[in-house]
Amino acid sequence: MTTPKLAVEHVWKSFGDRDVLCDISLQVANHDVVCLIGSSGSGKSTLLRAINLLEPIDDGAIRLDGTNISEYGLDENQIRRRIGMVFQAFNLFPHLSVRKNVTLGPRRALGQSASEATARADDLLGRFGLTSHRDAFPDQLSGGQQQRVAIVRALAMDPELILLDEVTSALDPELVGEVLAVIRELKSSGMTMILATHEMGFAREIADKVCFLDGGRILEEGPPAQLFDQPQNERTQAFLGHVIEAQRP
Amino acid sequence: MAERAQRRRSALIAGASTVVVFGVVIVLIVSAPGWDKVQQAFFSPQDFRASFPDIARKFKLNVRMFLIAEVFILVFALLLALAKSSRSALLFPLRITATVYIDVFRGIPAILVIFILGFGMPGLQIDGLPIDPVFWGIVALVLSYSAYVAEVFRSGIDSVHESQRSAARSLGLTSAQTMRHVLLPQGVRRVIPPLLNDFIALQKETALVSVIGPIEAARQAGIYTARSFNYTSYLAAAAIFVAITIPQTRLADWLIARQRRRTGTRGNA
Ligand SMILES: Nc1ncnc2c1ncn2[C@@H]1O[C@H](COP(=O)(O)OP(=O)(O)O)[C@@H](O)[C@H]1O
Ligand SMILES: [Mg+2]
Repeated sequence: MTTPKLAVEHVWKSFGDRDVLCDISLQVANHDVVCLIGSSGSGKSTLLRAINLLEPIDDGAIRLDGTNISEYGLDENQIRRRIGMVFQAFNLFPHLSVRKNVTLGPRRALGQSASEATARADDLLGRFGLTSHRDAFPDQLSGGQQQRVAIVRALAMDPELILLDEVTSALDPELVGEVLAVIRELKSSGMTMILATHEMGFAREIADKVCFLDGGRILEEGPPAQLFDQPQNERTQAFLGHVIEAQRP
Repeated sequence: MAERAQRRRSALIAGASTVVVFGVVIVLIVSAPGWDKVQQAFFSPQDFRASFPDIARKFKLNVRMFLIAEVFILVFALLLALAKSSRSALLFPLRITATVYIDVFRGIPAILVIFILGFGMPGLQIDGLPIDPVFWGIVALVLSYSAYVAEVFRSGIDSVHESQRSAARSLGLTSAQTMRHVLLPQGVRRVIPPLLNDFIALQKETALVSVIGPIEAARQAGIYTARSFNYTSYLAAAAIFVAITIPQTRLADWLIARQRRRTGTRGNA
């Protein structure tokens, strides 16, 4: 059996006396895309933040290539460099130009030279149609452009895994498409990704595996065709019923 | 068109009411029974002319003191703010020290710090320790004002949204790099106006250093008064202080207005 790229094993996390992640276990194979679905507050963001070591976990283990990365005393920065993260609200650095947003990580965290980092940034910005915006500041861009820059910023670190947390939820509907197109391209280039998403159609299209979270537990998981068409758990059925109702035009 | 007419009417009313109010105040003052004496003592053109050059010359000392103090305040206050904002358990002693320092020095009137250092330090008679009161005056101002400015810096750093830290850390930046490249540049930019206000206050307070001996502008005005029994020299000193602080006050207001305009029209993603 091959080691999965990422393995989440019996992870628990609480805020105060509130359990937010309860015995979460999840495996992500190399080059796979896993989608996390579930209502707001179900723990999707917390799980992604825990994987990126932004949120310490109370119990369980998170393994990257088989190595436990949630162990106390490891160099977290070293590990975060291997895992990219894209946020719902973009979280670009407003005081830096697009190009500097992209080069900050490679320069400071990877120690690349300015010219090396800039060349790579320009390359990626070109690949995603952002060349004409590279000297702009984030607040001069549309939401869709900002989110594409945020994805490029994560990619510039050459991550082994990218976490995307509802990256289209803050966008106007007409801007969602351009960001989804970028994610599609990442998938076809073989990038391993975990997406928290409310875009059920997109999850069905892109996911190798879909996990339904509810109250901090993974209640059901499976290939998209199975989970969307024949959900077994009645809470999954109820959730999908609501969402499909809401997303019907 | 109607809007322009409206605006012109507002300007007219503002102008008229200003003239009336100040006119009444001036008439009241000038017609007061003691006005002639006061005019002689405080508003004598000859004394203004006679005292001004010396005061202006001594004002150079005020300028020197606040320029030097401001440089050291920026550095020291920033270090205090960073120490107080640090989160690592290792730096806990530093955090406590900074917190106590800021609490204590914000509580002590600057003039007491000036007295204590200005008379106390030279009194120790330690070899190599400067005895120049100007030196100790500057040190006292730095110690005192750094406590305020540190809090200004810290409020700026704190005002940067937590999501910026998450974004920086997710790139693998260390917490020091996150502070240096992400939080500090944004935080400092936001607090430039209040920082300027603290510096304006400091510039006036350089006059306090005269209590331990140095003759700066305000003290020079006092010397003139003692000699001539005329207080116009104080007015001359005040005029000099106002002349340098008003442009800075306008600048601070302008920066604040600009900032408000920006955050008003542009959302912060
Ligand atoms: N820093 C925090 N402190 C306290 N509670 C939190 C914190 N972050 C998230 N929570 C709580 O954890 C639960 C799960 O949140 P989250 O992971 O953001 O869910 P989702 O992303 O699925 O909407 C929510 O009830 C939320 O209120
Ligand atoms: Mg969320």
